[in-house]
Amino acid sequence: MIMKNWQIPEKELLFSGHAACQGCGGALAMRLALKALGENSVATIPACCWTIISGDVLYHALKVPVFHTAFETAAISAAGLKAGLSVRGLKDATVFAWAGDGGTFDIGIQAISGAAERNEDIIYFVYDNEAYMNTGIQRSSATPWGAWTTTTPVKHPEDKPKKNIDEILAAHKIPYQATVNVAYPEDFIRKVTKAKNVKGFRFIHIFAPCPPGWKMASDISIQVARLATQTAIFPLYEIENGRNYTVSYLPPNKLPVIEYLKMQGRFKHLKEEDVEHIQRMVDENLDYILKKHELTHGTLENIPRPEFYK
Amino acid sequence: MSIKKVLTGNHAVSYGAMASRVQVISAYPITPQTQVVELLSELVADGKLDAIFVNVESEHSAMSACISASAAGARAFTATSAQGLALMHEMLHWAAGARLPIVLADINRAMAPPWTIWTDQNDSLSQRDTGWMQIYVESNQEAFDSIILAYKVAEQVFLPCMVVLDAFVLSHTSEPIEIHDQEKIDEYLPPYRPMVTIEPGKPIGYGALAAPDTYMEFRYKMQRAMENAVEIFEKEGKLFGDMFGHSYDLVEPYMMDDAEYVIITVGAVTSTARVAIQELRKKGEKAGLLKFRVLRPFPFEKLRELLSGRKKVAVIDRNISFGHHGIFYQEVKSALYPLSNRPPVFGYIAGLGGRDITVSDVVDIYEDMKKRETLEEIIWKGVKL
Repeated sequence: MIMKNWQIPEKELLFSGHAACQGCGGALAMRLALKALGENSVATIPACCWTIISGDVLYHALKVPVFHTAFETAAISAAGLKAGLSVRGLKDATVFAWAGDGGTFDIGIQAISGAAERNEDIIYFVYDNEAYMNTGIQRSSATPWGAWTTTTPVKHPEDKPKKNIDEILAAHKIPYQATVNVAYPEDFIRKVTKAKNVKGFRFIHIFAPCPPGWKMASDISIQVARLATQTAIFPLYEIENGRNYTVSYLPPNKLPVIEYLKMQGRFKHLKEEDVEHIQRMVDENLDYILKKHELTHGTLENIPRPEFYK
Repeated sequence: MSIKKVLTGNHAVSYGAMASRVQVISAYPITPQTQVVELLSELVADGKLDAIFVNVESEHSAMSACISASAAGARAFTATSAQGLALMHEMLHWAAGARLPIVLADINRAMAPPWTIWTDQNDSLSQRDTGWMQIYVESNQEAFDSIILAYKVAEQVFLPCMVVLDAFVLSHTSEPIEIHDQEKIDEYLPPYRPMVTIEPGKPIGYGALAAPDTYMEFRYKMQRAMENAVEIFEKEGKLFGDMFGHSYDLVEPYMMDDAEYVIITVGAVTSTARVAIQELRKKGEKAGLLKFRVLRPFPFEKLRELLSGRKKVAVIDRNISFGHHGIFYQEVKSALYPLSNRPPVFGYIAGLGGRDITVSDVVDIYEDMKKRETLEEIIWKGVKL
C-alpha cells in the first residue's frame, strides 16, 4: 500500500496504559478523534467499553477530562456540560459524548433525539461495534442481519437488519453528520475537524471493529474494517442539514460482501442464500445513498475513488 | 429591600430558585410541578434571571443535565413530581454519588396507578436512600426560604438536596410571601465554589470505575457528609433567622415544653395540626406537636431529646411502606430505640392521594393515641372500609 497524503496530527491525547483489548476499533477511534478535537475539549462517556478503557478511579488514560454518566444519558450529559461551561464563560470548549452502539441505537436514543431536535451544541460520537461488547457480546439494534451474538445464537442468528441510525439523525435535520471508519484515518480526521468547526448538534458514526466480539484475530482489525467500506457494508458519507448527502469515497472496485463476512467467526454459520440476502441489502443501501448524493450534487462523478483507499 | 408578594407554593419555589441565582435549569412538565418551571423559563427568557434553561424531553434527562452542568461548575436546579421523580431515580443516585449540590423541588404527588395528581409522600420517600438530603416544608414562605437554605447546606457538604412540598395544598394555594432583600441573600448564599470541575485543561476521570478496594470509601465519605450536614443545617438555619427573621431547624417543637402526648407531622398538615393542638390545649390537654422538617440527614439527637420521657407519641404518615409501616413512623421508632425511657409510638396512615386531613382528624388521632393500651402495627385514619 502506498502511503501518500498522510496527514494525521502527531500529537497524542490518548496514552498507553488504557484498558482496551488488542485490535480495539473503539480505542483507535478515540485516539484519532482526539487528534482532531484537541485539548480544549471535554468528554462524557456513558456505560460502554470506554467506561473501562479510560481507566479506573486512580488512573486516567486521556489528556482530556471525562465525565462518566449513566447508560442512556450521553447526549444530555454533554448538553448539560456545555450549559455548565457556558455559564462559567468557557463557551469555546468542545463538548462531546462518546458512546457505544447500545448506548446510542437503543437505550440512549431518546436523549439523542431530544438533544438533536434542540440542536444542542455538542458532538455525539458512536463507536459502533455492532453489539453490547462490554457486557459480553449481546445483540443491539446495531447488530447486522445474520450475525451471531450471545443472545442471537448460531441456530437463531440476528433476524433483523441493522437499524439505520444515520437516517434517524438525518430526520432531525442536524447541521452535520458523517460516517467514519477507523481504517480510513484521514477521512476520519477530516470529518471530525469539520464537525468541530460546525455549531449545533453533530453526529459522527464510527465503524469500530471488535476482535473478541466479531470472533476474529486482533491483528486483522484494520483489514476487516477496510473491507467493510470496500464492500459498501459501511459506506463513508456526510449529511448536512439532513438534506445534503456527500459520499466521501467509493471503492474503485466494489468487493462482494463475502470477502468481509468470511473473515469473521460471527458470520461463519451463514449459508449461501444468507450471503446473497446480505448482498442485496447492502446494494440497496448503497444505491439509496448514491441517489441522495446525486440529488444533492447532480452527479456521481465527483465522488473520490482513490486507489490509496484500497 | 425585601418585598411582599402573594404567591402560590410553586411560584414561591421559582422565586426561591431565582433568589439563589441558579445558573442552569432543566425540567420537564408534570402536574402539579409545572408552574415552577413555567415561571422560571419566563424569567430566563425575559432576562430577569441569568441562566440557561435546558428544555428537555424527560425528567431523566432533566436530572442528567443538572448533573453534568453541576459537574462543570454551575449551580443547577430542577423540579418535578411523582412519576417524574421516579423516572429520575437512577440519576438521583448519580447526583449524590458524584457529590453534586443540585437542588430539586419535589411537589409531592401520589404514585399511579390508579392515576392521581394529589398529594402524598410516597414519591419523595421512595428516594430516601439515594443520598439526597430532604426538607419537607409547611408553608409557601418556608418553600421559598428552603430553596436558598438547601443550596447553602448542599454546597458545603457536596450532597444534593430535595425541597418537598404538598401538591395543591401548597403548590396551588396562594399565601403572602416575603421576598428577602437580594443583596442580603447574596451575602447569605455566595456563588457556588465547586471542589472539582470538568473543564478543558484538567484531564481527570470523574465517576470512573471503582473496584472493591476503593468503592467503599466513597460511600463512607457520603455518610460522613450526611452526618456533618446535621450541624450545618442547624447553623445555617439559625443564621437564616438572624438575617431574615425566621430560623429553621431539622425538627421544630410546638407547645412541647410540658407536653405529655406528642403528635408528629410532616409537611403542610403541620399547620392543620397546630390548630388541633391549640384546641386540645384549650381543653386542658398537655398536647404538643413536633414538626419533622429534615428527614435526611436524620436529626437523631434532637429527636431523642424532644421525645424522651413523653407519655405517648403519634406519627401521622401521608405515605406507606407496603408490608411495613408509615415511613416516618419507622424512622422515629428506630431513632428512639436506644432510649431507656422511650415513649410508646403509634403510627397513623392518613391523607393518601390527597385525601384531606382535617383539624378534627388530628384531634381524633390524638384521642385515639391517648386511650390505646397496646401497640397496633398500623392504624388507618379515614379509610373507607
